[in-house]
Amino acid sequence: MTFTSLSEFFAMGGYAFYVWTSYGLTLIVLLANIIIPVWQRKQFLRSLSLKQQRLDK
Amino acid sequence: MFLIPDVVVRFFHRMASPPHFYAFTARLMPWLVVIFVMLTAAGLYGGLYLAPPDYQQGDSYRIIYIHVPSAWMSLFIYVVMAIAGGIGLVWRIKLAEIVAISSAPVGASFTFIALVTGSLWGKPMWGTWWVWDARLTSELILLFLYLGVIGLYGAIDDKRVASKAIAILALVGVVNIPIIHYSVEWWNTLHQGPTVTKMDKPSIHVTMLVPLLLMALSFKFYYIIAMLQRARVELLQRERNAQWVKNMLQEKQS
Repeated sequence: MTFTSLSEFFAMGGYAFYVWTSYGLTLIVLLANIIIPVWQRKQFLRSLSLKQQRLDK
Repeated sequence: MFLIPDVVVRFFHRMASPPHFYAFTARLMPWLVVIFVMLTAAGLYGGLYLAPPDYQQGDSYRIIYIHVPSAWMSLFIYVVMAIAGGIGLVWRIKLAEIVAISSAPVGASFTFIALVTGSLWGKPMWGTWWVWDARLTSELILLFLYLGVIGLYGAIDDKRVASKAIAILALVGVVNIPIIHYSVEWWNTLHQGPTVTKMDKPSIHVTMLVPLLLMALSFKFYYIIAMLQRARVELLQRERNAQWVKNMLQEKQS
């Protein structure tokens, strides 16, 4: 056991800013790389099916 | 081809077919995500909680669990991108071209993470956010190479031509990869030398090494997931007029 309490864990031995900024930023960048393509694919499929419906009429 | 088992050959043949690739990656995705989440949870628990603080750097060293795996990924993805680009260039395999361009944003992201977390680690330990040291500078050049690949691809309308162009750029840029890797040995730098990939015993304790390797593996799975998500969009956009895309849309509507 390295940390004896939760507040000690968040304090990171005085390096909280550097450690948590690193982890937070990484989380944001990695999430964006998943969310953006999934959203783009859904948008693209929607526009394709709309086009198809117009052609079918 | 007698050296490669028949099953493997058939697998790659089928994966090169766009409708099969699109359906297969959709089925594969939940499994990849489950493995990724488990590896990440174990790696972070081990790295942030179980591992002891460094005897010189205290808890600031915990940035290592994202900094080093990200830096490894920035090199690994670049090599994958260059190889996939090369395969696309020689054999004109559409899926190889798509893997090459879909790797670029993920690789650029990892390079960016490696640089920024390195900076956030450097400030408390070296007393500076940035130095023009060989390791840092060559990694920054890698970021520009990735951005060059993305920019070049976007600038050319014909995506088959664009794929040729980025493959050549990526292959030329491979020269930077050994420079980054050996920079800490060739030049006397502020950046520390390798602790894990040394030929003899790694100079890092096992309680710190295991979470580091777990995070490295977790980031590999993340790359596969993110790259495949990009590849699926790219594939749909290129194949928008193909029959299989039309069939798929009709199935969804009915």
